[in-house]
This record gives sequence, C-alpha cells and structure tokens, in this order.
Amino acid sequence: MLVPILKQGDYLIASIQSELSDADLLKLRDDLVRRVSEFRSRGVIVDVTVLDVMDSFATRTLRSMAHMVMLRGAETVIVGIQPEVAFSMVQLGLRLEGVTTALDLEEGLSLLDHKIKGDNGLG
Amino acid sequence: MADKACVPINSEIDIVTARQKGREMAQQLGFSSTELTLIATAISEVVRNIVEYAKHGELCVDIVQQGDKRGISVIAQDNGPGIPNIKLAMQDGYSTGKSLGLGLPGAKRLMDEFDIVSEVGKGTKVTMKKWVQKNVR
Amino acid sequence: MKRKETNEPSNEADTALRQELVEHFREKRELLRQQWVEQMTTKGLLAGMTREDIENESITIYDTCIVCLETGEYEGAQTYAMRMAERGVLRGMTTEQIIGGILTLRDVYGRSLFEWYQQDMERLSAALDIYEPVANKIISIVALAFVEEREKVVRQQQEAIRELSTPVLQVRDQLLILPIIGVIDTHRARQLTEQLLRTIRTRRAKVVVMDITGVPAVDSKIAGHLVQTVDASKLMGATVIVTGISPEIAQTLVTLGVDIAKMNTVGDLQGGIEVANQFLGYKVVRTYPEADLNHKEKKVQ
Repeated sequence: MLVPILKQGDYLIASIQSELSDADLLKLRDDLVRRVSEFRSRGVIVDVTVLDVMDSFATRTLRSMAHMVMLRGAETVIVGIQPEVAFSMVQLGLRLEGVTTALDLEEGLSLLDHKIKGDNGLG
Repeated sequence: MADKACVPINSEIDIVTARQKGREMAQQLGFSSTELTLIATAISEVVRNIVEYAKHGELCVDIVQQGDKRGISVIAQDNGPGIPNIKLAMQDGYSTGKSLGLGLPGAKRLMDEFDIVSEVGKGTKVTMKKWVQKNVR
Repeated sequence: MKRKETNEPSNEADTALRQELVEHFREKRELLRQQWVEQMTTKGLLAGMTREDIENESITIYDTCIVCLETGEYEGAQTYAMRMAERGVLRGMTTEQIIGGILTLRDVYGRSLFEWYQQDMERLSAALDIYEPVANKIISIVALAFVEEREKVVRQQQEAIRELSTPVLQVRDQLLILPIIGVIDTHRARQLTEQLLRTIRTRRAKVVVMDITGVPAVDSKIAGHLVQTVDASKLMGATVIVTGISPEIAQTLVTLGVDIAKMNTVGDLQGGIEVANQFLGYKVVRTYPEADLNHKEKKVQ
C-alpha cells in the first residue's frame, strides 16, 4: 500500500490511507527523508488518523523518521493519533520523544506555521 | 460465530492479518474500542516476535469462558530457536534483535493474563487472555 | 437467595414430637413472647423502636419461627429476614440488635423446652434434636440476609462513586479542566484517561489543567498512571499542566524518581489556568472597577 506524499508550499504531507505493513512504513520513511531535500521542504506532516494500531515497530519507525528529517533540516509533526491508540501506546511503554504531535492535519499545519514562521506556538 | 481462528505467520505481512483477526473476534465478544486496540496491539507485538526470531509460526484466537467471565485467548506459537532466558526477555528494554525490547513485557501489560513457555531449540508459546469487563458502562 | 430445604420427618414418633413442640410454643405464645421482649429491652436491643413496632415485629417473628419448625420449610423466614435486613440497614439498625434479638429468642425457646421436659431427659434430648437445627438454620438465614444487604449497599455506593467519576470540563476554547477528587485506583485512572483522551479529540483541546488537590495520596502505580495520562494527551497534541500537588504527593513523586522535567506543574488551579491562558494566547482583562461590582451585588440582593 503506497502512501501518497503531497507537496504543499514549504511542507510535505503524507496521509496514510490504510493499515501499513512494516515494509510500507519503511518505504514511507525513506521516501519522505529523500523528498525533504528534493523539494527543499521545511516541514513534514504524517497523518496517522486511519491507523488503529501503533505498535513498537510503527512508533520506532516514525520516531527515526522524524529524527532523520530533522537532520535534513525540517520539522516533523505526527497528527491524528486516535484516543485508543494513544492510550495503548503509553500502556505499552512507547513514547515519541523529540517528535511533535498535533490533533489533526489542520492543527499540524498551524503548528508548523508557528514554529517555522517564528510565531510563538504551542507544544 | 466462529469460536476459533488461526493465522499462519510467515512474513511481516501476516502481522496485519493476525491483529485484524484478533480484533474481529474481540469485537464479537463486546470489548470496548480501547480494549480492542489493546488486544490488537498485543497481538501485533507477539506476532512480530515470531517474525523476527522464529520466522514461521501460528497465531490462534479463541473465545474462553471461566465461571461467569468471558474473554479472548490469544496463542502465539512457533518452532523457532526458543528463548534461553525468559526472565531477561520479559525485562523492559531488553532485546537481542533490532526492536525496542518492549514487545513481550509490553504485550503483558496490555492483557489481563500472560504466560510464556519456551525451550531452546524447540520453540516458544505465548498464551495471553483478556476478560470482558462487567458492570462497566 | 432462594434455597429450599425440607427436613423430612424421619419417622412417626418424630412427627408427633415435632407437633407437640409446635403446640407447646403456640400455647405459651404470649408468655414466651413477653419474656423475649423483656430480655431484649434489658439488653438495650430495642432502642429506637416504638411499642407498636415491637408488638407487631415480635409477633411476626415468633410465628414465622414456629411455621419453620412445623413445616420444615424456611421460605417465610427467608423472605422476612430479607425484608427486615432491608429496613434494618436503611433505618441504621445495628447488626448487634438484629442478631442479638434472634439469639435471645433462641434462648427463650430453649429455656422453655428445658422447663417443659425437665422430668424426662430422654424426651428433652429428642426435642432438642428437632429444635436446635431449626433454630440454627433460622439464625444463619438472618445473618446471611444481613451480610447480603450490607454488600448490596456497598455495591450501590461503589456504583454511585463510579457514576460521579471525574468530569472533564471545558472552560474556554481549547482548554479543559480535569479536577480529580478522591482516591484513584487503577480502574479509575484508566477510566479518566480514556475519557480525557476522547474529550481532547471532540473538543479539540490543546491544553488540559489536571488538578489533583483532592487526591489524598498516590503510590508508585498511580503515579505511573498519571504520567501515562500526561504522555497520552501529549501524543494527541495536548499539553497537560498538573496543579495542586500536595507536599506528600510531591515527596512520593520525587522518591519514585518520576521524570518531573517532562511534567508541567503549577502550584494551584488558579495558577494553572493562568499559565494555560498564556499558552493559548489569552489575556484576561478586568473591565469593571471594584465599586461597580459591589453596586451590582447589592442590586442582586
């Protein structure tokens, strides 16, 4: 299952459409990290609204993706983590250290605007 | 409704199939949406363990009854190399592979009951249960 | 609780003796009942009951017991005990009053049998063989009814507490307040976390002020749950500010090595809301001079 990556201005938006296998997730990570410099993007948003499970592998992959993107000079925001998934993740002992999260795409975009355009933002 | 379902585990793609199967069965039993997620996540972790260390195995979900309690049982079994030190494997952050080392202890936290039997050279069997909460609206 | 037990009379002699006992108790009804009431009064077991109540209740209980003896069936006693327990517990009657009362009745019956059969030890022994199991059975029925009633009340109260649970309140756009009052156990911690996460989603909250002024104590498990609540909210993009940490809880958290650096804490709820306002870019401005406010208050009165 391929995840479409859209370019919108300074940002890249990857919106996951269905449950992903490990290979799909790794491909998404590699694609995003590559395209960040290709498009000289300053922010990346990954929308995980449709995911009903975020296990240790998914969490680790998203975290490493965010760190790699940061090394390439852009910010990552993970948006759309469901209440049940958030609950399950903390029960499992998973955290997204050093990764910014937001409620949904809209919040994620305004967060990036604040961060990148220098306004005082939340988070 | 079918009382038992098994999914053969041969590659990482089966992880998604296995947790969907578990979620389906748990849904029939009347678990809350949060509990469905906990169960699916626990299945994901134990199946991932099979894929990572044993390569091949099987995951079975079943309905269990104990007194007036009803619940789901999840059994993940493989004929892989086995775990030499279970105590160590059940410690948070311990991993010989490339994972975070939260898989097995994490899955234990998500379920009500957790049991692991392993023999080096023969394989590993993880049995987990979760009961439907009564009186909780 | 509906158990049906029948003491089948084993033989005809038994049946005859049983009938004799029943007739004896019926004959002496007024005398024995008065004795019983007197003894209970002396022991102070009837405190708070009216004369009329005492008459009615004692007659009913006395007769119910005799029916049990006569028929070997306890349904009447069970129904009565349950009703009594229900009213007793509601009226605040003590267990001692009820159990003490029924034990006193057993003694009154027993004494009267001793007097009645004092010339014939063999017959007394046979009579006691019939009487004692019935008496014991009745006492256990009453005691059980009471325990069950208490348990029912406890269950109802637990349910009520659960219903009250913990409200998640929206005080302004994007700001939720979660006041936690009372003891937190694993079940409650879980429930309030789930509720908070759902509310964050539906209200699109960005800041949550979690006030734990009303929480008497936390142990390592509960502290862990609170940290999880904070972490899970963060995953959904909401910042949690914890307020009202008592000196005891502060000590616990430090002793347990909870990662405080990751938690936003402010002294009290008011301070927490002020910080939340800053976070969200709100500025609270007072528009009425104090004199005006006083004037308004007077008008309202």
